[in-house]
Amino acid sequence: MNHKIKSIIPQLLTLLFVVAVIGFFTINAQLNMDERGIDFGYGFLNQESSFDVQFSLIEYDGSHSYAKAYLVGLLNTILVSVLGIIFCTIIGVIIGIARLSPNYLIRNTAAWYVEFFRNVPLLLQIFFWYYAALRALPLPENTEPLFGVTYLTVKGYYIPRLIWENFDILIYSILAAIISIVFIRNYARKLQEEKGQQLPVLLISVGLLLVFPAITFVTGMVQLEVALPVLKQLSKTSFIYAEGLSVPPELLALVLALSLYTATFVAECVRAGVQGVSKGQKEAAASVGLTPNQILKLVIMPQALRIIIPPTTNQYLNLTKNSSLAAAIAYPDLVLVFAGTALMQTGRAIEIVSITMLTYLTLSLAISLLMNWYNKRIAIKEK
Amino acid sequence: MININVLKPTSANFQTYLYIGSGLIFISIFDVILRSFFNINFSNSLPGILNFFLPLIIGLVGFQMIRLEYSGNRIVDKINQSVNNNTFNAGLTLLIIFLTLLIIPPASNWMIFEATISGDTKEACVATEGACWTYIKVWFRRFMYGMYPNDFHWRINTAFIFLIGFAFVGYFMRGKLKNYITFYYAILYPIIAFLIINFLISGGSFGLEWVETNAWGGLSLTFIVSFFGLIFCFPLGMILALGRRSELPVIRYISIGYIEFWRGVPLITVLFMSSVMFPMFLPSDAFVDKLIRVIAAIILFEAAYVAEVIRGGLQALPRGQYDAAKSLGMGYWKMQIFVILPQALKLVIPGIANTFLALVKDTPLIFVVGLSEVVGMLQMAKTNPKWLGYAMEGYIFASILFWAICYAMSRYSQYLELKYKTER
Repeated sequence: MNHKIKSIIPQLLTLLFVVAVIGFFTINAQLNMDERGIDFGYGFLNQESSFDVQFSLIEYDGSHSYAKAYLVGLLNTILVSVLGIIFCTIIGVIIGIARLSPNYLIRNTAAWYVEFFRNVPLLLQIFFWYYAALRALPLPENTEPLFGVTYLTVKGYYIPRLIWENFDILIYSILAAIISIVFIRNYARKLQEEKGQQLPVLLISVGLLLVFPAITFVTGMVQLEVALPVLKQLSKTSFIYAEGLSVPPELLALVLALSLYTATFVAECVRAGVQGVSKGQKEAAASVGLTPNQILKLVIMPQALRIIIPPTTNQYLNLTKNSSLAAAIAYPDLVLVFAGTALMQTGRAIEIVSITMLTYLTLSLAISLLMNWYNKRIAIKEK
Repeated sequence: MININVLKPTSANFQTYLYIGSGLIFISIFDVILRSFFNINFSNSLPGILNFFLPLIIGLVGFQMIRLEYSGNRIVDKINQSVNNNTFNAGLTLLIIFLTLLIIPPASNWMIFEATISGDTKEACVATEGACWTYIKVWFRRFMYGMYPNDFHWRINTAFIFLIGFAFVGYFMRGKLKNYITFYYAILYPIIAFLIINFLISGGSFGLEWVETNAWGGLSLTFIVSFFGLIFCFPLGMILALGRRSELPVIRYISIGYIEFWRGVPLITVLFMSSVMFPMFLPSDAFVDKLIRVIAAIILFEAAYVAEVIRGGLQALPRGQYDAAKSLGMGYWKMQIFVILPQALKLVIPGIANTFLALVKDTPLIFVVGLSEVVGMLQMAKTNPKWLGYAMEGYIFASILFWAICYAMSRYSQYLELKYKTER
């Protein structure tokens, strides 16, 4: 009995405290809103937003609703995050492996890279790329082409636009290729387990991924046109490249800074993962008679990935959250479009900030749930 | 095949190979030095690509010629082991050497030889191509103290000297006083620090003029924000970590909810919340200073991260430690304070240091609410019409500043880690 009371009292007190704090805030918010004549509600989402967004992945202008503006911001956030994740993985893996190189110079260069980029605030790096480095680029009319068809100018990066006809058929063909690859992999595994034969699964998969879309091209179902960027004069002194796709400098700076910064953390994860596989594993695999390739594929990588993936997912999550710094250089992401412009116009602080926070919260909780599931799946099953 | 055999030394003819090989490497490096420092290119007559890659090819041949598993020469062996164990590594080695050589002249020219630091106006910098450190010199006080009135900078300096001085008091606590060291740092020191900053920097009494927080800024603001962030988020994080490991379900779920919520949202939205949403949650006549709101938001935010780090340490302790403490008849708090936490905290020093570093690096975000520390001041200086076009210098200055602070912190954490390391 005594024990029970001892455990109930602190819980009750904590609960009371939390309820009191929340209650205090709610009552105040109610009073404040009454005083200013605002009523709480999410109805404003359907109203006309009447502001424009510089860069949008979907069709949007001032006549659309706030809900659509929210979607524009969310998509822009996702675009930055996905690009950043791709580049930071590539750079991070290279740097992480370089830190393990037997070559003294490579190892130390990589170490210095990590030391430097990790210890400078991300916001400073974003500002550096946006206001200092990218501003030093030439004007469109004086730009030399990069890789022949792309133009890196102070007004953005102009790349060729791909114009697809019947794009959906291409998607279907790729989907078909992926499904058949899954079947072939299963078949190969069965073959391996039953007869000990091995199929060159990787070669077949790559082949299928190339052949299926290629067929759609050859038969003329899908057509592709490339629109190259062409220099166009807007006024006497102002030029841009038209026709092609333009990547705004804000996006460039953001992706550069985010991926270079996060790459240092990914690199450390990769290094820790590879170092975490004990030497005995490699030696044991070699003594069983596996080839170096098989050792890497079947023994080292599965174990290293088990260590690498959870912290790396965390870094991806951090990158996504850090992409909200976009607001500082006026890249129209969720925070700028919604928590910035929309909030200024409507003045609905509680609703908008809560939606924004909830969006990020959902995003990270979803990813961490996924990660927990994955972790459980790959965890070593001890008997 | 013959080609490769020719380049491969044997122990018999190694001396000759060594001379030729090192000669070739020397020539390749010398060629790059000539190209980058003196702008002389001997192989101009060759076709473009060959001309460009010539030093690389010569150097690679040289490295190929001195690569022998055991040569007997200690220096050569060391070079072969560390930078020349196969062709790929030799190529990377050469590339890094060449790139460094190519970067040094323009970078040093820009940063040192052609740079200006004299004068007090932009005119001093117009003549040169190099960096304009005059800009940093003129704005230095702003970068350090923000818009704080020039005449009162001594107040900030004295305040920081006091803060550092009081931080070392624990050092001199001997004998019986030593029992109170935790109490001092956990409770007394934050209060003293707050009073010092309140009376000295903020002013308003003792004949010191009141300076509103909007005028604070620069590096001193970075220090103030990170300082309060650090000393308050640590105890809060500790309580949350214990709460998350607690056996009482209500406390556990509240802690989990708190931690997951703050870890799931970006700091910038939290700051947004503190500036636009938080005033709505207070009684309409209550007023909380912007700076305090921001610091509180940062503390609440970082405490969740600290909690997760400490939880890692708690989980890493073997169960036996808990059982042993309980079997000695210790209660919950006694067990945590004297047995569990000292060991757990020791384990997570690197993690805590990382969180603290993140906190310091996050301070520039307070620009969201209109406070400007170093990076914010840079943005302000950059748009000043008298000093347009010197953004680069400012960013380099601030990067070096932050890098030095963070590097020092991480070194200190490594020192602490070694100091408290015990064999288990």
